[in-house]
Amino acid sequence: MDPQTVTVLTQQFFNALTLGAIYALIALGYTMVYGIIELINFAHGEIFMVGAFIAMFFLTSIGFSGSIPDPLTLAAVLALTFLVTMTVLGFIGVGIERFAYRPLRNAPRLAPLITAIGVSFILQNVVQIWRGPSPVNTPQLLTHNVRFDIGAASIGYLNIFIFLVAVVLMVALQLFVGRTRLGRAMRSTAQDREAAQLMGVNINSTIAITFFIGSALAGAAGIVYGLYFGSIQFTIGFVAGLKAFTAAVLGGIGNLAGAALGGFFIGFIEVAAAQIGYARWTPAFVFGVLILVLVFRPSGLLGQPIGERA
Amino acid sequence: MTVEPAVATTQRAAAADDRGPGTDLVLELRGVQTFYGQIQALRGIDLEVRAGEIVTLIGGNGAGKTTTLKTISGLIHPRKGQVLFQGRDVSRFPAHQLVRAGIGHAPEGRRIFSRLTVLENLQMGGYTRSPAERREDLERVMTLFPRLRERVRQNGGTLSGGEQQMLAIGRALMGRPRLLLLDEPSLGLAPILVQQIFNIIREINAQGTTILLVEQNALQALSIAARGYVLQTGRVILADTAERLAANEDVRRAYLGEI
Repeated sequence: MDPQTVTVLTQQFFNALTLGAIYALIALGYTMVYGIIELINFAHGEIFMVGAFIAMFFLTSIGFSGSIPDPLTLAAVLALTFLVTMTVLGFIGVGIERFAYRPLRNAPRLAPLITAIGVSFILQNVVQIWRGPSPVNTPQLLTHNVRFDIGAASIGYLNIFIFLVAVVLMVALQLFVGRTRLGRAMRSTAQDREAAQLMGVNINSTIAITFFIGSALAGAAGIVYGLYFGSIQFTIGFVAGLKAFTAAVLGGIGNLAGAALGGFFIGFIEVAAAQIGYARWTPAFVFGVLILVLVFRPSGLLGQPIGERA
Repeated sequence: MTVEPAVATTQRAAAADDRGPGTDLVLELRGVQTFYGQIQALRGIDLEVRAGEIVTLIGGNGAGKTTTLKTISGLIHPRKGQVLFQGRDVSRFPAHQLVRAGIGHAPEGRRIFSRLTVLENLQMGGYTRSPAERREDLERVMTLFPRLRERVRQNGGTLSGGEQQMLAIGRALMGRPRLLLLDEPSLGLAPILVQQIFNIIREINAQGTTILLVEQNALQALSIAARGYVLQTGRVILADTAERLAANEDVRRAYLGEI
């Protein structure tokens, strides 16, 4: 390979990681909610979009609209933005579950599904009324110009930051679900709700916690989306949500590691499609791969075969 | 089968009231009626369980045995009547609160978490307890069921039927219940395992846990129980000591497989 190609591929590799990290963060929420109440929460993409807007609103309200050169200030502002946005989004997710989905918990499965689509329209319209229909610029705390070099390739610190945020959040989630008492309660509830109740698990609060975490992660994805792309619009949740949902299905819905894997997988497909000159065709590639995977592995890359599910 | 209702349960319930909260009555059902939608499963159940007893519910399929246990543990709420646990009306309590109150329920079909390890299943059983209590009870349960200790890192779903039943009972014990509800613990087990499970039930009881046992295997159940209730289509048709029930002609004919 000539050095030119290596440079381009290195750069594209980091682009794919960044994009994949965003999809992975959103996909986790889809898969968590599906795992625990078997609902495809179609409003989840919109929760991500609201997260991007809340972060933008928070940053401009506290007076930061451009890049912050001082690393300490930057770190503090970023930490605060994540804390505030993720908390607000967590509660929005809990509220949606409480008022839109919980009343339908014993209804036929189509009812909450349609409700989720309704919720997604409500969220879109609320944001449209709040910030208008046109794209809105988001504060660029860390500009794309801050870069370092790997060989001839130059990589933005922003790419690395987004990837690290995603990895830290995913590891934290995995530890929480895998090692803590509440995480065990979530897995038990997902497997057998009635048996979990007989262990003393409060099903309602466990489901609420699941929505909180899933929505907070989508909020984090919204923040980094704004930082990375520099502009947001009330419609961004639809396509991003659809792709993240694809990632969750690709990885095996209900499986956390699968959602993360699927997210990165889709990031790489998109960047690869763009690299070979089919940027306009990326959705076709993404969904084409989804169809292929589902034909040969219907339960997804890391999903259990259907028969094994309790 | 025609059996006269043997005991005037309402009178006994009234007597229990007089004894007040100091009584040794752990559980009392008064005229409990439970429905699944429009279908009435329990048509007025009266029963009581005293501290330290093993009491068994016997009856054919659809008699309401499982529904009675589910109503006690709060998985279903009665439409009429009351469930009193240690003198307190708990009919409206959600299931997870009753676990804290002291009711443990090993449900029909074991219902272990197949994708959790044996250890995690047991930890779930001690969900309402403090970490220190959980560790202590874990030791106690694994001493009672050495097989579980050997399989502690395995997924619940990989256990054999008998091991799963041990896990289901052990898991229920992890909550340190005052009253343990066991639904068909011997179902589908080889005869030698059935005997083993019944020995363990007796041992758990000897260690101070009150037990309400639902069994298809009526003879075995009556052999370890102090008293029994015979259920038929959602009603108690007979209530007596286990000894007398086991000797009762009608019971023998209907439930003990004699002609």
